[in-house]
Amino acid sequence: MNIVVCIKQVPGTTDIKIDPETNTLVREGVESIVNPFDAYALEEGVRLKERCGGKVTAISMGPPQAEQALRETISLGADEAILLSDRAFAGSDTWATSYVLSKAISKIADYDVIICGRQTLDGDTGQVGPELAEMLEIPFVAYVSKIEEITEGYMKVQRMVEEGYEVIEMPLPAVITVVKEINVPRLPSIRGTMKSKTAEVPVWTAEDIGVDANKAGIAGSPTRVVKIFFPQRTHKSEMLQGNLEEQIDQLLEKLEEII
Amino acid sequence: MEYFLTEQQELIRSLARRVAEERILPLRAELDEKEEFPWAIMKDLADADLFRIFIPEKYDGLGEGVFTLCLAVEELSRACSGVAVTYASNALGAMPILLYGSDEQKQKYLPNIASGARLTAFGLTEPTAGSDAGGIRTTAIRDGDEYILNGTKHFITNGGEAEIYTVIALTDPSRGSRGASAFIVEKGTPGFTFGKKEKKMGIRTSATRELVFHNCHVPKENLLGREGSGFIVTMRTLDSTRPGVGAVAVGLAQGALEAAVAYAQQREQFGHPVSAIQAVQHMLANMAMELEAARALVYATAKTIDSGAKNISEIGAMAKVFATDMAMKVTTDAVQVFGGPGYMRDYPVEKMMRDAKINQIYEGTNQVLRNVIALELLKRKALRD
Repeated sequence: MNIVVCIKQVPGTTDIKIDPETNTLVREGVESIVNPFDAYALEEGVRLKERCGGKVTAISMGPPQAEQALRETISLGADEAILLSDRAFAGSDTWATSYVLSKAISKIADYDVIICGRQTLDGDTGQVGPELAEMLEIPFVAYVSKIEEITEGYMKVQRMVEEGYEVIEMPLPAVITVVKEINVPRLPSIRGTMKSKTAEVPVWTAEDIGVDANKAGIAGSPTRVVKIFFPQRTHKSEMLQGNLEEQIDQLLEKLEEII
Repeated sequence: MEYFLTEQQELIRSLARRVAEERILPLRAELDEKEEFPWAIMKDLADADLFRIFIPEKYDGLGEGVFTLCLAVEELSRACSGVAVTYASNALGAMPILLYGSDEQKQKYLPNIASGARLTAFGLTEPTAGSDAGGIRTTAIRDGDEYILNGTKHFITNGGEAEIYTVIALTDPSRGSRGASAFIVEKGTPGFTFGKKEKKMGIRTSATRELVFHNCHVPKENLLGREGSGFIVTMRTLDSTRPGVGAVAVGLAQGALEAAVAYAQQREQFGHPVSAIQAVQHMLANMAMELEAARALVYATAKTIDSGAKNISEIGAMAKVFATDMAMKVTTDAVQVFGGPGYMRDYPVEKMMRDAKINQIYEGTNQVLRNVIALELLKRKALRD
């Protein structure tokens, strides 16, 4: 069973600051951690390996310092870690990120399950998992809370829904995103940590994985962040007057004012 | 204090601290209250490789010694000495195999002990044999390719939970302590059952139980060392593990001191925190001084044992007695600094004080160990004269 776990390095704080000029997160001086939801994904990957044999490969697209997060995955049980890093990837939105990840996973070629966290702490979109499955043209299930069965080419999982869960069967390879209910991640091991210090973490560039520069980075990102701001906490409410049509017009006007 | 730890020792200490703070602390009060064995924490310790520390690399361990084990024990004990004792007793049960096991025995048992898959326990104490270890009555009579064990061990830490037991029994009852031998007995062996589970004052998450042998057939391959060497096995085992008890005491006192310092700064009386009162400051200062002295003695003893020194009974006893008397005093003073709230179970120091007491009693009472120290002093003087 070859398991690929996608991880992201995120700021390890809820006290975030936004650069008003660039509309991006201020990352300087903020400690970086492995996205907490990805820790559940990694743990589930390691447990699958312990259950069925095989290996766990952690991958991450990010700046060179994301190597630290990948080393951490080795201390937590990943066998290999690959960093996808290239100036051409900078500024990627979820679509471009998924494209880069899909190219790297295509290069890995031999995989059965791809596991991602349900969302990241910083971006919070939860889009990369499903986009990645779409680009690889393989099945996808979100919010997995338990892997019930897994054999060669087949998997049965529980997916959390608002009230209870659904049981879903799917052929492999497939992509799943996991919720925190799925496990309690282990702490790093001594042997894993020693190994993580010396392990080689290869860096794959755009050229290595055949990424079309126009589809990655800012050039390949259809998302435009117009404005990021902290919501004003006010308790003002306003009742719209008039008939339904008029109320809709007023509402649209107000929405346009905001953006 | 700088103890010049290696990179691996630093790592082991920091991981033990993480397990203690992230996994033990949230469960500490509940485990104590319910007297529940800490299985979930044993799993965390296994996942973190902390059972591998003192096992040689050849048997899937990390090849570290008593000193490194003490570092881990201390960190666990800082959070909960009941968990620390459970962990340290596993080392105690494994030590006879490590010291006297044949290569086959080591090959068979040590890798599973290293991975944490199987816990161990050491079975010496009997109702008639406490400080007087020569008073054991359990027999192991040779019968063809087997030994047949009969008798009862009591107060056995990890009893009932461990899977591998190293048990001391008389193979030749006519020779008294010289007729004792050490055996490996596995849980599930017919004729081996568990008796009374003790209800204790402290270290209540740890299991303390009777081992009952009734015509229990043990294959002769499970004899450790040779027949009649049971007491040498016991003494060398206990000599090597006494710094571990010292480390439990040091960690426990460290936890109590930290709690007392934090509380003293927060508790207000007479319009200022009680930490501003010199009487309280002096108590804290004494606690800190005695703790540092005990830590230095425990570390130095552990390192001496790791160096392969031969006569370690005296220093092992010193480290154990000094550190455990210190922990009793420091935890008692921590309750005093807390005042009334310290006596309540809402705060951790009453548990620490309850936990401290046993350390002065088990693995050689502090009285019998003073005898050991004095005997060595007198012997040396006699040899010089």
